[in-house]
Amino acid sequence: MWIFDWLHGLPPIWVYLLIPLAPLAGSLVAGLGGWFLRERAHWAPIAGVAFALYLAIFVLLQVLHGQTFYGNVYTWAVFGNLPVHIGFDIDSLTAVMLVVVTFVSLCVHVYTIGYMHDDPGYARFFSYIALFTFSMLMLVMANNFLQLFFGWEAVGLVSYLLIGFWFTRESANQASLKAFLVNRVGDFGFLIGIAAIYHYCGSLDYRTVFAMVPSLVGQTVTIIPGHPWSVLTWIAILLFIGAMGKSAQVPLHVWLPESMEGPTPISALIHAATMVTAGIFMVSRMSPIYEQSATALSVILIIGAITALFMGLIGLVQNDIKRIIAYSTLSQLGYMTAALGASAFSAAIFHLMTHAFFKALLFLAAGSVIHAMQNEQDIRKMGGLRAHMPITYLTFLVGGLALSGIPPFAGFFSKDLIIEAVGESSLTGATFAYVLLVLGALVTALYTFRMFFLVFHGKKRMDEHTQEHLHESPWVITAPLIALAIPSLLAGWFFIAPVGLGAFLDSSLQIRAQWNTIGEIAAHWQGTGAFLVHGLESWPFWLAILGIALAAWFYLLHDGVPAALNRLLAPFTWVLRKKYGFDAFNQLVFVQGALLLGRRFWHWGDEAIIDGGMVNGSARLVARAALSWRRLQTGYIYHYAFVMIIGLVLFMTYFMIWRG
Amino acid sequence: MQNALFHWSFAIPEIWVLAMACVVLLVDVFVGERQRDVAYVLSIFTLLAAMALTWSQMGQTGFAFFGQFHLDPFTSIASFFVELLSLLVLSYSRKYLLRRSLYRGEVFVLLLFALLGALILISGANLLILYLGLELLALSQYALVAFQRGNLRATEAGLKYFILGALASALLLYGMSLLYGLTGTLDLHQIAIALVNVGSANYLLMLAVVFLVAGIAFKFGAAPFHMWLPDAYQGAPTPVTLFMSSVPKIAIFALFLRILVDGGYGSIEIWRQLFVALVVVSLVIGNVVAIAQTNLKRMLAYSTVGNMGFLALGIVAGTQNGLASAFFYAVVYAFMATAAFGLIVYLSREGFEAEEISDLRGLVRTRPWAAFLLLIIMFSLAGVPPTIGFYAKLAVFQALIEAHFIWLAVFGVLMAVVGAFYYLRVLKVALFDAPAEDLAYGADDPLAASVLTVNSLALLILGIVPGALVAFCYHALQGVL
Repeated sequence: MWIFDWLHGLPPIWVYLLIPLAPLAGSLVAGLGGWFLRERAHWAPIAGVAFALYLAIFVLLQVLHGQTFYGNVYTWAVFGNLPVHIGFDIDSLTAVMLVVVTFVSLCVHVYTIGYMHDDPGYARFFSYIALFTFSMLMLVMANNFLQLFFGWEAVGLVSYLLIGFWFTRESANQASLKAFLVNRVGDFGFLIGIAAIYHYCGSLDYRTVFAMVPSLVGQTVTIIPGHPWSVLTWIAILLFIGAMGKSAQVPLHVWLPESMEGPTPISALIHAATMVTAGIFMVSRMSPIYEQSATALSVILIIGAITALFMGLIGLVQNDIKRIIAYSTLSQLGYMTAALGASAFSAAIFHLMTHAFFKALLFLAAGSVIHAMQNEQDIRKMGGLRAHMPITYLTFLVGGLALSGIPPFAGFFSKDLIIEAVGESSLTGATFAYVLLVLGALVTALYTFRMFFLVFHGKKRMDEHTQEHLHESPWVITAPLIALAIPSLLAGWFFIAPVGLGAFLDSSLQIRAQWNTIGEIAAHWQGTGAFLVHGLESWPFWLAILGIALAAWFYLLHDGVPAALNRLLAPFTWVLRKKYGFDAFNQLVFVQGALLLGRRFWHWGDEAIIDGGMVNGSARLVARAALSWRRLQTGYIYHYAFVMIIGLVLFMTYFMIWRG
Repeated sequence: MQNALFHWSFAIPEIWVLAMACVVLLVDVFVGERQRDVAYVLSIFTLLAAMALTWSQMGQTGFAFFGQFHLDPFTSIASFFVELLSLLVLSYSRKYLLRRSLYRGEVFVLLLFALLGALILISGANLLILYLGLELLALSQYALVAFQRGNLRATEAGLKYFILGALASALLLYGMSLLYGLTGTLDLHQIAIALVNVGSANYLLMLAVVFLVAGIAFKFGAAPFHMWLPDAYQGAPTPVTLFMSSVPKIAIFALFLRILVDGGYGSIEIWRQLFVALVVVSLVIGNVVAIAQTNLKRMLAYSTVGNMGFLALGIVAGTQNGLASAFFYAVVYAFMATAAFGLIVYLSREGFEAEEISDLRGLVRTRPWAAFLLLIIMFSLAGVPPTIGFYAKLAVFQALIEAHFIWLAVFGVLMAVVGAFYYLRVLKVALFDAPAEDLAYGADDPLAASVLTVNSLALLILGIVPGALVAFCYHALQGVL
């Protein structure tokens, strides 16, 4: 295309470098010049991210024409035998991620202008989200584990900063700390995994490591005596622990609902569309490692399926609009993870992509609602917004249908593909996972449309004052909604063949023939239309329709039903409200336990032994010595001379006696 | 070597300094009280020209004056540094001297003669020459310390310094004469050759080395020969302290290098053990007693003792790398001390010396830039990266570990921790305490201010890019063994 012509003249490496550096520059301008730019602070970050999107599209087109890249840009440092390179791995997987990340990021940037316009931290916010974009791009473009880890930690840091963006709120601070600490658990596993890779492969370069993977098959390591384990299974599971933290899989999911304390735009960008999918991306990128371990794949499959159903169930009893979407995100991440477990990496990336669009859309639409409702987030206090906010209503409906998996919206294709792939899988636990995922379709539709009907239909339950001020949001908010609604509607139909079935991604992935589920589906592929028709006859579709019907019955037609059901299923809903007790357990065991342990160490170890004995003790000794030796300095010249002579005599004596 | 040509051109910087010292003396007699600046500017010019002359000799090697004068990379580089340091001393102190009616030609002349002594120490290749250089340096310093004749403390300090210094000179001279008796020559290279056949078990050699080391240790200010140092540092006018803490450290390192390495490397097994003792005692006394000081100049005096301990660690290592690291340490220390005392000079005014630690209370509020420079200086003295002080310590410890003195290195690091305490306490007072209301700093000398800024920032910048200075100092010691 002509708008890309001039880029052909540039060395490719410049183009790649500019992709992360443009948002970084924007972040620096907004961050350092924020005091001066104030309400103009958005220009630099938006320009940076828009430029990155432009370059990302260029790179995607290049990759489509077969021009990939793998190599180091420069060496940052060398530690012993370990060179630390900054390098890029540009292939189809990276290119897809680049476009998704920069596109959603740009939408969120524009949206933020309207959403945050009178916030005192306006410039800071833009600086953070542009910095996030930089970090995420570094993560997906990495060609070695250290750079991956850099991006991994950097997105975690920015996520922490943004969850705690309104730092005067105690709940925001706690949520940001929780997110940081839980991610630390995951990152610890991730780091050990990287260390294990370095230990066994002697390199952190992707290609070098992948080339050595076959030689590691059959190697075992004994951690518990008597139970040797495959090295690759260990590495795969350790890396997956990192993914569990970042992509919020049970039991490391607890931070994600809390992260909704942050401003809505970042819930859309970081905690729905991009950062939380880093784990999915990472596992796909490491497919050569994962494919060698059936155990690891089974673990991933089962954890993903559990997350998909059980987190969705919690969504049924939530009343905060953002939290419902957050639990829905957990559930959808579970679908992606299950796809990874079934070796359907391309389906996972496909769902990642469609989910990024429709989930960002849902969040931003929810933000628009919250904005109109003057920061009210409880859906029980909303209702009947359809008339006041037509654009928000329609776009939310598109997002909701896509999420529920109703054809021909994007979510239908990707979710159905995942369920099919898991159905094809022959791994341990595949049947179990299949049942959970199918049931999940019902739950998804139910909580989505419960929220939808309560917010936009029915009686208006807000107070007078709010009702008077109801209005559609300004164009900077609605434009991104429309921009995201289009791919939410169309991306499934157009991309299922190239992305979902892996034709385009195949070069980045490595799948063993014995569990090539996507290959099975592709072998019987009769076109997207046939897939759609087939979908209409399948369980998930009818369960989703049932879910919507139930939601309509409960919340539109018969108001009394939910309350009656609540009474009937009291023990069940109690468990859901308590979120299966994960929070209580963490609070009791980890928080209280750590506090107790910390206090013990503090009083006995630190105060008594280290501070009291070693530090203050030695300090007292030194101080006493200093004071007494100071008295030697009498000022009398004959004392001084005496000390000199004594010193001399001691020297001589030493040689005469001990050396003589 | 004895029959080497009479290469007087090798000694041009020394000759120039000597001639100009006499010129300054004469000019000062003829210009009145008002034109004192003439002598000052002339002295500055002398130093600049001497630096240029020394620089132009860089790279030449050889002997002059029938083997009594040695020109090698070390001579040029060390001479360059002492000339530069003397220049710093002069630029720091103009206002200080003016205010106390010490702005007199004699000060400049004495300073130039002291520098001449240092230069001779650096380039001497003969025991007698070295001794003459040492005495020239020392006598000029005695006079400088006591220059404020009306000041009781200064005269007392001068007298103490003189008597004890004379004692130390006597010890050194005795050591020299024993060495002469043993080898029959004053020429250091002849001594080196003669010592090959003596062996380090020789009693007479042991005795000679003990006396030599005692004399050198006194001049360094290493414990237990350090007792003169706090009194002299405190009593002397601060610019003189500034001089004493910088130029002689490099000159005395040269003295050590000439006598005990050029001449007496055969006795390394003897002097190494003596230096181990000096290191241990100096590190402990210097770092511990400094904690109890309330006077900044006195504290810095003990800090000198401690730093001479660190320097001597490189000497203990005794290898090529060890000696180079010791020289590097001496240079870095000299510049740190210059900056530290320069700051005191800068802050002082008539009737207020700014020499108590409490005088710096809340400096950051009243003089933020000076407080920032103080921060760099103290961090550098404490050896905190990324200042050059860190690299100096690192180099010494590295050389020590290469020479397998692990425990001594560990001990040195521990003592550096103790040392950090009193440097940081100064910062605590300057940065966190409330400023005293009655304090008014001088701090109105633009020349001193700019020199201080350059000097202090150099400590930081050289710490970030230490490569060139390290290479320069290590080059000086190339081929010394």
